[in-house]
Amino acid sequence: MVQRYSAFSLVKNALSGNQKWQRAWRDPEPKPHYDAIVVGGGGHGLATAYYLAKEQGLKNVAVLEKGWVGGGNTGRNTTIVRSNYLWTESSLLYEKAMQLWEGLSADINYNVMFSQRGVYNLGHSLQDMRDIERRVAANRLNGIDAQMVSAKTLAHAIPGLNTSPSARYPILGASYQPRAGVARHDAVAWGFARAADALGVDIIQQCEVTGFDIKSGQVTGVQTTRGPIASNRVGVVTAGHASVMAEKAGIRLPLESHPLQAFVSEPLKPVLDTVVMSNAVHGYISQSDKGELVIGAGIDGYLGYGQRGSFSTIEHAVQAIVELFPQFSRVRMLRMWGGIVDVSPDACPIISKTPVNGLYFNCGWGTGGFKATPGSGWVFAHTMAHDKAHALNEAFSLGRFESGALIDEHGAAAVAH
Amino acid sequence: MSTGQPYRLERDARVARSRVLNFTFNGQKLTGLEGDTLASALLANGIRLVGRSFKLRRPRGIMAAGAEEANAIMQIGSGDRAIPNPRATQVQLFEGLEARTTKGWPSVKFDLGAINDTVSGVLSAGFYYKTFMYPRRFWDLYERVIRAMAGFGIAPDEADPDEYEQQNIHCDVLVVGAGPSGLMAALSAARSGARVLIADEQNEFGGSLLSAAPGADGDLSGAWLAAQIAELESLENVRILPRTTAFGYFDHNFLTLAERCHDHLPVMQRSGVRERLWRVRAGQVVLAQGAFERPLAFGNNDRPGVMLASAVSTYLNRYAVKAGDRAVVFTNNDSAYQTAIDLHSAGITVVAVIDARSEGPGEIKTIFDALGIPLMAGHVVCDVIGRQAVKGVQVGRRVEGASETDIAMTLRCDLVAVSGGWSPAVHLHSQAGGQLHWDDGLKAFLPKPNDAVHNISVGAGNGIFNLKDCLESGVQAGAVAATRCGFESVEVPLPELKDWTQAPLEALWSVPAAKASGRPPKQFVDFQNDTSVSDIRLAVREGFESVEHVKRYTALGFGTDQGKLGNINGMAILAEALGRAIPEVGTTTFRPAYTPTSFAVCASESVRDLYEPTRTTAMNDWHQAQNAPHEVVGQWLRPWYFPRTGEDMDAAVARECRAARQSVAMMDASTLGKIDVQGPDATEFLNRMYTHDVDQMSIGRCAYGLLLGEDGMVMDDGVMARLGPDHYYLTTTTGGAANVLSWLELWLQTEWPDLKVHLTSLTDQYSTIAVVGPKSRAVLEKLDCSEDLSASAFPFMTVRPATLNGIAVQLFRVSFSGELAFEVNVDSRYAAGLWTAIYEAGGAFDMTPYGTETMHVLRAEKGFVIVGQDTDGSVTPGDLKMGWMLSKNKDFIGRRSLARPDSRRKDRKQLVGLLSVDGRTVLPEGGQITEDAPIVTPMPLLGHVTSSYSSAALGHPIALALLVGGRKRRGDRLLVHSANGEVVPVEVTESVFYDPKGARQNV
Amino acid sequence: MLLIECPWCGQRDESEFSPGGEADIARPLQPDQLDDAAWADYLFMRKNTKGWHRELWNHSQGCRQWFGVERHTVTYAIRRSYQLQEDTSPTLTEDEA
Repeated sequence: MVQRYSAFSLVKNALSGNQKWQRAWRDPEPKPHYDAIVVGGGGHGLATAYYLAKEQGLKNVAVLEKGWVGGGNTGRNTTIVRSNYLWTESSLLYEKAMQLWEGLSADINYNVMFSQRGVYNLGHSLQDMRDIERRVAANRLNGIDAQMVSAKTLAHAIPGLNTSPSARYPILGASYQPRAGVARHDAVAWGFARAADALGVDIIQQCEVTGFDIKSGQVTGVQTTRGPIASNRVGVVTAGHASVMAEKAGIRLPLESHPLQAFVSEPLKPVLDTVVMSNAVHGYISQSDKGELVIGAGIDGYLGYGQRGSFSTIEHAVQAIVELFPQFSRVRMLRMWGGIVDVSPDACPIISKTPVNGLYFNCGWGTGGFKATPGSGWVFAHTMAHDKAHALNEAFSLGRFESGALIDEHGAAAVAH
Repeated sequence: MSTGQPYRLERDARVARSRVLNFTFNGQKLTGLEGDTLASALLANGIRLVGRSFKLRRPRGIMAAGAEEANAIMQIGSGDRAIPNPRATQVQLFEGLEARTTKGWPSVKFDLGAINDTVSGVLSAGFYYKTFMYPRRFWDLYERVIRAMAGFGIAPDEADPDEYEQQNIHCDVLVVGAGPSGLMAALSAARSGARVLIADEQNEFGGSLLSAAPGADGDLSGAWLAAQIAELESLENVRILPRTTAFGYFDHNFLTLAERCHDHLPVMQRSGVRERLWRVRAGQVVLAQGAFERPLAFGNNDRPGVMLASAVSTYLNRYAVKAGDRAVVFTNNDSAYQTAIDLHSAGITVVAVIDARSEGPGEIKTIFDALGIPLMAGHVVCDVIGRQAVKGVQVGRRVEGASETDIAMTLRCDLVAVSGGWSPAVHLHSQAGGQLHWDDGLKAFLPKPNDAVHNISVGAGNGIFNLKDCLESGVQAGAVAATRCGFESVEVPLPELKDWTQAPLEALWSVPAAKASGRPPKQFVDFQNDTSVSDIRLAVREGFESVEHVKRYTALGFGTDQGKLGNINGMAILAEALGRAIPEVGTTTFRPAYTPTSFAVCASESVRDLYEPTRTTAMNDWHQAQNAPHEVVGQWLRPWYFPRTGEDMDAAVARECRAARQSVAMMDASTLGKIDVQGPDATEFLNRMYTHDVDQMSIGRCAYGLLLGEDGMVMDDGVMARLGPDHYYLTTTTGGAANVLSWLELWLQTEWPDLKVHLTSLTDQYSTIAVVGPKSRAVLEKLDCSEDLSASAFPFMTVRPATLNGIAVQLFRVSFSGELAFEVNVDSRYAAGLWTAIYEAGGAFDMTPYGTETMHVLRAEKGFVIVGQDTDGSVTPGDLKMGWMLSKNKDFIGRRSLARPDSRRKDRKQLVGLLSVDGRTVLPEGGQITEDAPIVTPMPLLGHVTSSYSSAALGHPIALALLVGGRKRRGDRLLVHSANGEVVPVEVTESVFYDPKGARQNV
Repeated sequence: MLLIECPWCGQRDESEFSPGGEADIARPLQPDQLDDAAWADYLFMRKNTKGWHRELWNHSQGCRQWFGVERHTVTYAIRRSYQLQEDTSPTLTEDEA
């Protein structure tokens, strides 16, 4: 019987000195065979396993993680969740995720602290404003809460935001999605791990996949540092390392892995109660519950698997933030870090079957993966279970790069993730 | 003399006794001395309680004397010069300083939040993940309460009035840390002739020497130290940077240093930049950052009055401040004995030294024993008595392996000086990618030598804790670093010092608790975040076994001290709980910043007006004089429209449009990119890049040029003019200029280096004046034009070199308005003059200057697209009805992609015109198009409005749009939806609204 | 912050350069002859090597020359810069990559 988390359980356990808490998830030995294997124990992989068990009825499922769950980009992002994407394909996928986010804590009995404090995407030029009009209008017709707000409204809504018309890049307006917000990134990985485990999924850490067993075009299992494991259904969700995994399976992917950096300030008393993103002045910012300003920088242009980038990228982001919020100038940077993002040519994910039967890839999320976590897992579980894309991820196939049917959030949306 | 500072001692120290400084603490007026830190001044005044912990809101005092301080988090100053969150231990006292505590409501002494401590069992590690889930929307409420309780300091509420700057610097040897080993490294490298940069975060060089007991053996803090610093100051190849923190170590020996230039001065005396960022590219780096003393994890070890032993010595010796009157020293190693000796010699009662080791200390015992201080070897402090201040400790016998012990005695004291051993500051080494190895003798992670990154760790930072060896390691490292940079090393004589033999440290990660009936008291590991030993054990119990999991689950190391105080203890306790060795548990990656660093210094000058370069054209002064508002287009500021008195934008634009269509108008088009292409293979090269048949252009001809990405999508457009057999002149869009040049260079250099072509950007060197309208020819003719401008001599889409008023120009007969028009390209040095001359020559025709808005209206009336506005990276030439521009005679970049299935789809989005059905509504640019049907979300989106204007020439609004299968939808009734939910019925039309035959430009 | 050797100008800070991605991707001589898959391979598919990587850099704030660099994508160490025309060394072997 899995222990249920609640205020009551906290009090009960406190009375017994917190000695009786169970493991959040088991530490099983890998079985020789699974009905489905998910490679990669980040948020997306764990969500995939959870929905395979919960929605698709597969109980004999394993997640293989080479390190520790949530140790990659899940724990290295700026935790923004929104669904106000331009293209219908993207916005419906992210909106599916948004709807799952809204019930997630209760669903997995783990408080992922999804905080719908709203997200503003600022516009600094007439073209930015055209793009915002276009995106907001599209969002509304796609059933997504989105609004366009004026610079005047922004000045009231976001104290401290530099709305002066004489700014180098004056703020002309913004889009606003009230349901958007932030979530506690680590909790997403841990919550999905615990919930998947409760449904019988084996979460196997310290188990690196070193190769794929493929017989006449069909995957039959994986080779791991803990021995071979058989399965004719393998989903790979390894974010920055997707290309490395694809190479082991003899597949080429249209991806480049780049460093993406972020940083936090020291904790401050509440000063910013929403999320502000700017593309022209590249930076995005929110304040965590702990009080830290959480700030995202741009990606470094070179390939990098080093989980670190260049200081100049940090400098640019700091400059952008000081430009947007001059009052934060004297605030101090506490810690900066980097993740590895795999960027696709159209800045949209690949959630797809591959030329190898039974082998599926979920990758290419670029800088926008965290917000999609539950939706990504949900559609990928469907794809793996049915050997067929769900309507929501049909457009995100590997085949689009051959046909040319790209979903060009890159060229068109002009919105930072 | 009474200083009014009850805890200040009359003894020699590094404070200026005659220079009394006034400051306030939570509004209370206090005094300190020049040379004090805020922390030493507070202690001198007997102030113990300086903060509250983050979660449990327990009262906290100053624990340390440097960067590792986790409790004394202050708010300094107020208004636009406020500084949130500095540690009192790192703030230099100045006259008039105002400090406030950052935790505790209503006050740090009486904090209602302290209720948290009474229910701490519920608030165990990760408690927030387990509750606040139901009902769903309540999280918003809970969160608001949590947020209000979180945070330390307050961000200033106004823009920063101070200035900042950055400086790039190269050096042979960068020495980080000016303690004994750092100074020796700098000196030895400098004497060999290497360019040396030495930085230290403190205001004075000397590091640990500054804390030595005056006159004690090994005290080099006097003349010797002064002499070393004087020599460094005298050398021209040395730059010394006090108050400068190396906070980041990046790839290829790039380090970032933040120099605090004037925060230590009274506000009235401050001038110049507040902080300076040094961006250092170093040949070699010597890391001499010293080590951090570790606390011990015993019950209530966080009570104000429990301090690091080394900090107690520092306050005593450097600042002449006693941290208490009756001290207990608790240690597991020899170093704290010096503190006991220091205290005793300063006349402070040392109640006892509690040494967890059964054997006691090494050679220092000879001095110690003579003082008669009671030593309790084999004992531990189990618990602390007192809440807002230490009142005593409970001591028990240490039993190997036992988690509990009987209380042997209670000692009355007001100060507990603690030493749990030392952890080298390996932060920068680790940031640079260096590995660490566990030294089981020192119980510490030491830097593994890392030749790949050209750095050397020395002194305490390399686990060397004996002063003599520290000096030697510095000399050696300086010599090695200089030698690696090509200099010859030289001898550096060292002072005679005694080599003290130490008894080994004994691991004591979690101290046995006192046997008691109730819950054992909390033993803190991360003081700021309230992470206790039991939290770490709970995390392990719940399956969080990786050090990264445990850190994240318990918040260990996520405080503003970044784990300097508690991380090693935490990892060791985790290892114990897992039954593994410490190196198996591993350490975590250290990230910049080493200590918190202001955003301001990272941004340095690049804010406000210098945030981004601003580009204006040669005619900008004229535009300004006309009060033309500007439109920001990338880095450019372009005139938007030229309002006459009393005119709003709509009126001005309508007037400007009428002038262009009916008489003559002029525009500054200088921001267009201009590229000169020359060379014997210029034709071949451009033929491969552009979609049309470049090789069929005769000299003097202009052509519309389209550049595609290799994916077949429209990338940029412009005019291509053939000036000679091997000479072309290209224009690009304003925003695309740099990209197009790079794009051309990329192909030329990487794919076709055999082609002999030179590309030269002329964007800034040439300015462009568009003279537009039926009278444009007449205007130019008044300027003593060297060329015959008649239609037959100078036909549409041709180019001629010419002179106007004797000034050489390239004259283009091209039109972006559909009117008879000329584009005058002129050397930018003559542009302003020529502009004025043309304006004046046009006076007879009411010459009208116009800006970007009118330019847009004129081109939209003609259905001319703007790349980047009417296209978005997913548009092919065919979508724009420009299939005719694609040569069938050759390959060109992007051509193959146009044959992909998706590029050939019949229902692609295609350029069309839209008219609002009511004939009055100007459609919203960006508005989405749907079928004329009730709104049911999600509903199919058919495209969007790309351009939309009120047309003076036509008397009604017009719009361009990209529409699914648009070409077959002419006459269809559809709906356009704005972002605000307005719906406008529209009719699909051709995309050319005005003069569809193009007769007007061809006259 | 990489320190990059421009074969023409010498060592310069990374901020003077622009990265150009994977080197050694030649444009097909006869694009029309390729099927859609082969064209997509040229257009989009990348090795995305974890390890030693041959890549293009442009000295965009300097001499504006494109050149090749062999850089390790994990350690970011650079072992060689070369002029594209003068590079005669074979591409990296499997082991090196």
